[in-house]
Amino acid sequence: MKAEEIKILLEENFPQKSFEVVENASPQGIVVPAESLVAVMDFLHTNNKLYFDMLSCITGLDNGPEAGNMEVIYNLYSVPNDIHLMIKVILQRDDLKVDSLVEIWKTADWQEREVYDMYGIHFNNHPDLRRILMPADWEGFPLRKDYEEQTYYRGMKVKY
Amino acid sequence: MANQVQYIFDNQNLNKSEPQKFRQEDLKHDEMIVNIGPQHPSTHGVLRLEVITSGEEIVEVVPHLGYLHRCFEKHAENLPYNQTLPFTDRMDYLAAMNNEHGFAMGVERMLGIEKEIPKRVEYIRVVVAELNRLASHFVALGSYGMDIGAVTAFFWTMRDREHILRLLEWVSGARMLYNYIWVGGLFYDLPVGFEERCLEFVQYLKPKLKELENVVIDNTIFVNRTANVGVLPLDLAINYGITGPMLRGSGLEFDLRKVDGYSVYPEIDFDIPVGKGQMGQLGDCWDRTWVRVQECYQSIRIIEQSLEKLMKEHKRDRDFDPRAMVPKKIRPKAQDLYVRAENPKGETGFYFRADGRSDIPFRCKARGASFVNLSIINELAKGGMIADLVAVIGSIDIVLGEVDR
Repeated sequence: MKAEEIKILLEENFPQKSFEVVENASPQGIVVPAESLVAVMDFLHTNNKLYFDMLSCITGLDNGPEAGNMEVIYNLYSVPNDIHLMIKVILQRDDLKVDSLVEIWKTADWQEREVYDMYGIHFNNHPDLRRILMPADWEGFPLRKDYEEQTYYRGMKVKY
Repeated sequence: MANQVQYIFDNQNLNKSEPQKFRQEDLKHDEMIVNIGPQHPSTHGVLRLEVITSGEEIVEVVPHLGYLHRCFEKHAENLPYNQTLPFTDRMDYLAAMNNEHGFAMGVERMLGIEKEIPKRVEYIRVVVAELNRLASHFVALGSYGMDIGAVTAFFWTMRDREHILRLLEWVSGARMLYNYIWVGGLFYDLPVGFEERCLEFVQYLKPKLKELENVVIDNTIFVNRTANVGVLPLDLAINYGITGPMLRGSGLEFDLRKVDGYSVYPEIDFDIPVGKGQMGQLGDCWDRTWVRVQECYQSIRIIEQSLEKLMKEHKRDRDFDPRAMVPKKIRPKAQDLYVRAENPKGETGFYFRADGRSDIPFRCKARGASFVNLSIINELAKGGMIADLVAVIGSIDIVLGEVDR
């Protein structure tokens, strides 16, 4: 199923929301407004024609302080229908909050924790949002484009 | 440097950097916290498990990760694509060729040269990747045997893995971290005489694998320790994003080599072994181990067929240059791309964002198969015995290099 068809299907079911097909994306992608993410994902997960049962990958992405936004990218795959879909959510840097998908896919638990750890994006309703790879007392979020290392960690110089 | 303080020690340092999720006062009567790792042989690396136990029974397992975090994604954002390639070796260091294959394939797809790679290059890639898959499964099987008390398996598999490492050392010059598969080609052609030696090795390996299966996998003691332990139902596996032998052990015939049909895998005849619940329930630890053994046979079939092609249709040629398609400058057009490949542990994925203006990816995310597979450990171990926890960790087959990246 093509991204355009999925977009039409989404527009029929969520009439007030606007969706956009991502250009130059492989697999095909759709931009979804952050406030309706869980409803859209639940629809994609349960709709018979789509049935995206596997959430392969969650990626965080920082477009830098000039652009002023960050993205969260979800790579979905449907095992029975063999369809790929990339769902993109764009968040403004002053309001880095998005709803958690743990209720739909359990795999979102750790992957969202990783995004939180690296970008500081807060996932609402996440059961256990702690840092996963970095130490709990580390300062800052390392993969942000404007990240500055702390000078010392326990007396060890961080920056080389 | 010598006079500088290098590390300020404090008794509370561990509590600050990696605090336990549960505190003493949260626990119910009779429950206690048992800490396993990070320096424990059965955690297969630097994994720390905070286990809440009630007597001998496990109430909850909380893994603490990050002891081997080497900032792959940060490095990738600061280096050109071809210089990032050696870092992918260090993710799943037991199957470096498979990671390189996935990464190189992704960059080639972004450049649009995926279809132009010479067939001989692709067949060589498949041979080395399958050899590495065998080596990785040998470590999984051998150390799993060791975990639950069969030392023989470890000696046997390490002996045979040594042959593979020597073959790959002959090919690339390194034993574990190869940097052999390049974007658009290979480091070198196969050394003269490799095909014959490799065929000889494969013939040697078949009876050894049968022996391993008879003595270890079908052994009553082994079956008693693993059957009906850590049962993973299929729907839960898919919901947790589990891939690779774990998913196939739960009974789904899902292998990216068949599903996506990348490289030259569609031209090769092989089967996908699926767990059947022969010794206990479908999706238990024994099924997962059995799937790994059967995959070794399938890898041997793939290697045999590829070597035949390499000796006949795409045979060695004085003028053949494996670096002919290697781009001098890697600058993909602006795009988003997610590529996935079948690693011995499961689906290894790379997400790229190229901005079209630089040779450096704007964002490169690695989806480690072990990372996602490990996230189910609490569901598998909950309600079981502490001794079964070791059996469960071994059957997930994690590599901490890939969990922490």
